[in-house]
Amino acid sequence: MELFFETLTGLREKLATKKVSPTEVLDALKKRVEAVEPSIRAFNHIDWETARAEAAALTPEDLAKPLGGVPVAIKDVMAVKGQPLTCSSRILKGFVSPYDACVIEKLRAAGAIPLGRANMDEFAMGSSTENSADGPTHNPWDTGRIPGGSSGGSAACVSADEAIVALGSDTGGSIRQPAALCGCVGLKPTYGRVSRYGLVAFASSLDQIGPLSKTVEDSARILQVIAGHDARDNTSAAEPVPDYLSGLNQGVKGLKLGVPKEYFIHGIDPEVEKIIRDAIQHLSDLGAEIVDISLPHTNYALASYYIVAPAEASANLARFDGVRYGARVKDGKDVIDTYCRTREKGFGSEVKRRIILGTYVLSSGYYDAYYLRAQKVRTLIRRDFSEAFGKCDAILTPTTPTPAFKIGEKTEDPMQMYLADVFTIAVNMAGICGLSLPCGFAAQGKHGRLPVGLQIIGKAFDEATLLRVGQAYEQSTEWRKERPACA
Amino acid sequence: MDVSYVAHLARLALSQDEITRFQSQLSGVLEHVGQMQKLDVEGIEPTAHASPVYNVFREDVELPSLPVEDALKNAPQQANNLIIMPKIVE
Repeated sequence: MELFFETLTGLREKLATKKVSPTEVLDALKKRVEAVEPSIRAFNHIDWETARAEAAALTPEDLAKPLGGVPVAIKDVMAVKGQPLTCSSRILKGFVSPYDACVIEKLRAAGAIPLGRANMDEFAMGSSTENSADGPTHNPWDTGRIPGGSSGGSAACVSADEAIVALGSDTGGSIRQPAALCGCVGLKPTYGRVSRYGLVAFASSLDQIGPLSKTVEDSARILQVIAGHDARDNTSAAEPVPDYLSGLNQGVKGLKLGVPKEYFIHGIDPEVEKIIRDAIQHLSDLGAEIVDISLPHTNYALASYYIVAPAEASANLARFDGVRYGARVKDGKDVIDTYCRTREKGFGSEVKRRIILGTYVLSSGYYDAYYLRAQKVRTLIRRDFSEAFGKCDAILTPTTPTPAFKIGEKTEDPMQMYLADVFTIAVNMAGICGLSLPCGFAAQGKHGRLPVGLQIIGKAFDEATLLRVGQAYEQSTEWRKERPACA
Repeated sequence: MDVSYVAHLARLALSQDEITRFQSQLSGVLEHVGQMQKLDVEGIEPTAHASPVYNVFREDVELPSLPVEDALKNAPQQANNLIIMPKIVE
């Protein structure tokens, strides 16, 4: 088997026993990237030379560490010292990170090598990776379709075996949705579980970093390394980090898994619904108790999110004004004109729409009707989940209402695009955790096979249960062995 | 929503084409989020943050930080360890 097909867990075994060297791993990945990248376009930039130098400098002690010698693809929204950071935006063209994000420090301390800047929707705003100044990423299962977003590059590079594992960020589904559409595993940890230091802020009360991987165990290994308190992120939680690997194989016997009726109504693709129902039955056959639950405010999650997230984004993106970093128009008449036209030239359409929407809902006269009301709805969404978790240990839903759609299909209709995240958004609004993993294929697309993802939602700081349920499902099915057409 | 007025509040210049396009697209979005108005939120406390947020204090001591040269490396225009900007006050 070619090295690039390896899982993180499998590769670590080979690296720890010196069957392969970190530079051999990089050579294999380079070969793979050169072969498939022209049709996938998952990366904005890859600095092979620096990665090779870092790999060559790893000591035997480094190689004994949990991620020793493992290259990790990084979404182009997290700072890696000395590497470009563009957020797939023209406004950050040429920007070079002056420091490492907290997650990068932690990856390095565990022996990993950050490799490549994965494509994304500009500033993580989007569900298809089409809102990228560098052009769209293509879905490895059907290159005429989108990979999902905003972490579409991270999902596509893992799915196409251009990366062993990747980091993404998730504000309304941006890890889970592309993971589902590309057929890989994606984990959004609980808000506060992973430090946001060095992550470019989109919506600060919702953003969270997490892994995209080929298996559930691989995601557990990455979370183990990146989780934990960091004094530089005031919202990072001082909760202890449990051992995510020790309980992985406990199975689902004795667990109560809730199925919310509100996630099986209008707009869901019949094939997706059937596949999810089968996955739920499979977990029941494995010994889990399936219970019906209700999350009555589900319908309002999307509406409240599209107030809260743009509001926070409009404030966060005020810093991109061409003063301290990034591109600046040279012929501004005065300072205001310089700001206005730098932002006009630097931002793409979706970012502009969200800045305008966010500014509007925060403006005088509209604040109570929109922003304050959305925050109250957020309280109701949180309550729904805390009541549901009185009846079950985790919740099962589809990750997305449909499989991957065609490139260009929704670009002119933002509302239709937003609906792609209808099942993932409530998790961010409640600040809890969610995992998506492959659970079958819809007979659609160019090759008649498009991946479908099962979402498992957990209580705050209970990632261990998500991983345990995911592992039980994954290891008793064969989906993880499927490879896309480009392989 | 008056798109060009709000865009100016956000210090964002737009082309005429963008104004027309965003006007109709954002109307669609506002119509959807308007669903929230149907909900009774009387007496519900707003949630600004998913986790409890509180002030985080530390000792008021100097800690190592980014050197000036590194902090300025990405500035579009600079001289003498300062960022150069168009004149603000005549």
